[in-house]
Amino acid sequence: MNVVTLSQLQFAATGMFHWIFVPLTLGLSIMTAWMETKYVTTGDETWLRMTKFWGKLFLINFALGVVTGITMEFQFGMNWSEYSRYVGDIFGAPLAIEATLAFFLESVFIGVWIFGWKKISRKAHMISIWLAAGATNVSALIILLANAWMQKPVGYVLRNNRAEMNDFLAVLTNPYGWIKFTHTLLSGYALAAFVVMGVSAWHLLRKNESAFFKRSFRLAAVWGFVASIGVAVTGDFHAVEIARTQPSKFAAMESQWETKRGVGMNLLLLPDVARECNSIEQLCVPNALSFLAFKDPNAEIKGLKEFPKELRPPVTATFISFRLMVGLGTFMILASLAGIILSRRQNFEEQRWFLKLMAIAIPAPYLAEQFGWLVAELGRQPWIVYGVLKTADAVSKSISTTQVALSLLGFTVLYGLLGAIDIFLLVKHAKKGPDKDLSAIINVQGYLVTPDAPQTDKDMAGIINVQGRA
Amino acid sequence: MDLSVFQIIWFVLWGVLWAVYFMLDGFVLGTGFLSGLLAKTDTEKRVLINTVGPVWDGNEVWLITAGGATFAAFPTTYALMFSNLYSALLLLLFAMIVRGVSFEFRSKLDSPAWRGGWDMAIIVSSFLPALLFGVAFGNIFKGIPMKNDFATLNFSYDGTLIGLLNPYGLLTGVLFVLLFAVHGSLYAAIKTTGELSTRAAGLANRLWLPLLAVAVAFLGYTYPATRLYDNFLKAPVLLIIPIIAVVSLLLVKVFAAKGALHNSFLFSCLTIVFVVFTGVTGLFPNLIPSNIDPASNLTIFNSSSSLLTLQIMTVVALIFVPTVIAYKIWVYRIFRARISGEDVIGNPEAY
Repeated sequence: MNVVTLSQLQFAATGMFHWIFVPLTLGLSIMTAWMETKYVTTGDETWLRMTKFWGKLFLINFALGVVTGITMEFQFGMNWSEYSRYVGDIFGAPLAIEATLAFFLESVFIGVWIFGWKKISRKAHMISIWLAAGATNVSALIILLANAWMQKPVGYVLRNNRAEMNDFLAVLTNPYGWIKFTHTLLSGYALAAFVVMGVSAWHLLRKNESAFFKRSFRLAAVWGFVASIGVAVTGDFHAVEIARTQPSKFAAMESQWETKRGVGMNLLLLPDVARECNSIEQLCVPNALSFLAFKDPNAEIKGLKEFPKELRPPVTATFISFRLMVGLGTFMILASLAGIILSRRQNFEEQRWFLKLMAIAIPAPYLAEQFGWLVAELGRQPWIVYGVLKTADAVSKSISTTQVALSLLGFTVLYGLLGAIDIFLLVKHAKKGPDKDLSAIINVQGYLVTPDAPQTDKDMAGIINVQGRA
Repeated sequence: MDLSVFQIIWFVLWGVLWAVYFMLDGFVLGTGFLSGLLAKTDTEKRVLINTVGPVWDGNEVWLITAGGATFAAFPTTYALMFSNLYSALLLLLFAMIVRGVSFEFRSKLDSPAWRGGWDMAIIVSSFLPALLFGVAFGNIFKGIPMKNDFATLNFSYDGTLIGLLNPYGLLTGVLFVLLFAVHGSLYAAIKTTGELSTRAAGLANRLWLPLLAVAVAFLGYTYPATRLYDNFLKAPVLLIIPIIAVVSLLLVKVFAAKGALHNSFLFSCLTIVFVVFTGVTGLFPNLIPSNIDPASNLTIFNSSSSLLTLQIMTVVALIFVPTVIAYKIWVYRIFRARISGEDVIGNPEAY
């Protein structure tokens, strides 16, 4: 293998590993903030216990998301220096903005939230988690706008041997980016909801803390359903955008070889790349693909044969990833809808088959996330910036195969180890369940019993000022 | 304003970001790699980790910002620095990853073997970045063996990881380690109570003389090893920067000896900031010089972004950097209290 392939493998492996942790961070941070807000507004202690329990799960997960994120920033320069040099004028800015605008806010207020239970008022504490959660969501927006620029470059001009920005607003308002952002963000909310439902189901099967986990399940089922529907709707927008802007990716996603009008959608389909056709095409819904892609049943779809072989993405992998993502997404809509209905029944705990299903369904959204990124990034190949720069031309010139092979090995070992430890801790904490005794929280932290003192009011003013200035 | 004005603004910001990063993460790294010497019991170790608990992540973001700013403002430098120093940066990255999770994971299980393992991880993963940052900056001051042709886009690098461990690079590495050691001990001394605090203050006092010796050696060796002094000789008024660094370093000891540890820590902050400023001022207008071909130097003029990007980034920096500083000061105020054993025992939120 050469430096390009190894660097691609390394970027894919470290990116996908990073993405195990980020979606849960995106969703669970907001859910935790929601729970704490319910506690602060209602004073109901179950909400506080929920905040603590799900919040701790969020934190164990959060740590790995943060540290593996630095790898992504470093790798652009380490492995893809020609890319960084060529597009840094446009691509560097969002990364720097992400750090100053979002990472500081997120890291600082996570610290305040973890360590501030006794130090600041309830409201200030609640605002901290909203600031941290909001910042994670904003950072997702910025980095996805940067990724969207690689998919659909806008607001640039080729000059001085590189791509230079000539319209920052176009980069910020790239529709591709906003669609991708809503699709991705909602998928994170759905994933978090499935984690909460799965863990709750596990405890409900054991009749452990029924009231606590029923409430958690009900909340998550609604979140999960709304978010999954949103993922599907934005997914549709996303496909339309891809059909317009990245025809080779769209053709690979659908394994469409010929350019035709009024294309149907085969429910059963298997690509045969060698013969440039599909070996199975069954159960065709007439005109469906043309309609989905262009909202016109007779629209023309560009087939893969339209593109020279060397400009086609890996068809089978893109196609299968896309189908699996859509399949898992459909399952999530149905499962969360069933969750809403069943969890409202009196005999919810007796629905053992359903609870078992939800407990073992936790990996489903994780897989959907990974397949989604495979579609996005494999489907863009052989381009690193679609239509502008090829992946093979973007790699660093001063690194050797040995260096990258060793670093890939290092990442595999280190990430494997840390991933195993993190999952072990997550499972351990999830199985242990919420703290039985609220008095521990009360005594140690004085959180419940301390009324908002004047000094803490001043702290609130501090937050408001800071926000006002932001 | 024309392009060169913004290139200079971003050079200054680049220096400030690194300086603030080293000032803030310096004490986290220092308390980290000294934790084995400072803390004798499990509770003391937890106290130490909890002194940096609320702030370490926010401090590390200055590094990410320094990296991001290099990418946005000087993409060619970012590209060549990160790819040329691939292996060194990889080690640094691994260390930063391990350090972050160690804080988070250490106290999640109540097993001595588990905690002992993470204690070791904290020491190694805090020491390595301190040393590597020093080695990296020593080599940047000295120049690295690269040949860059900006017209034909032919870039080549003729260095190795072992090559970075030259005497000047290593001396700068030791300087960083000792700077952070004193800085970290002082931080531990003002953030803890009782014996732990006394022990930390004692260590800071004892480490000061070796630090002074290495700092003097560094200032001396810099003359033959680098061209950092050229700018100062051209404009002697700039000498105020290294003078502030040296005076601050002396005041660290003056106050530490009197037991005025907060003041001592303050001057330790100033020392680090002005050591970085000294190096960066000496580099100007280079970001990374080449030690084999002056025409290959990566300067703010041949590696920067376009005027528009620099303008946008300047506006972003003017709005957000002061905002960040404001809420960070607020947070340091909230967590200004010293941490004692009682604070961590039985506290489910503590590290």
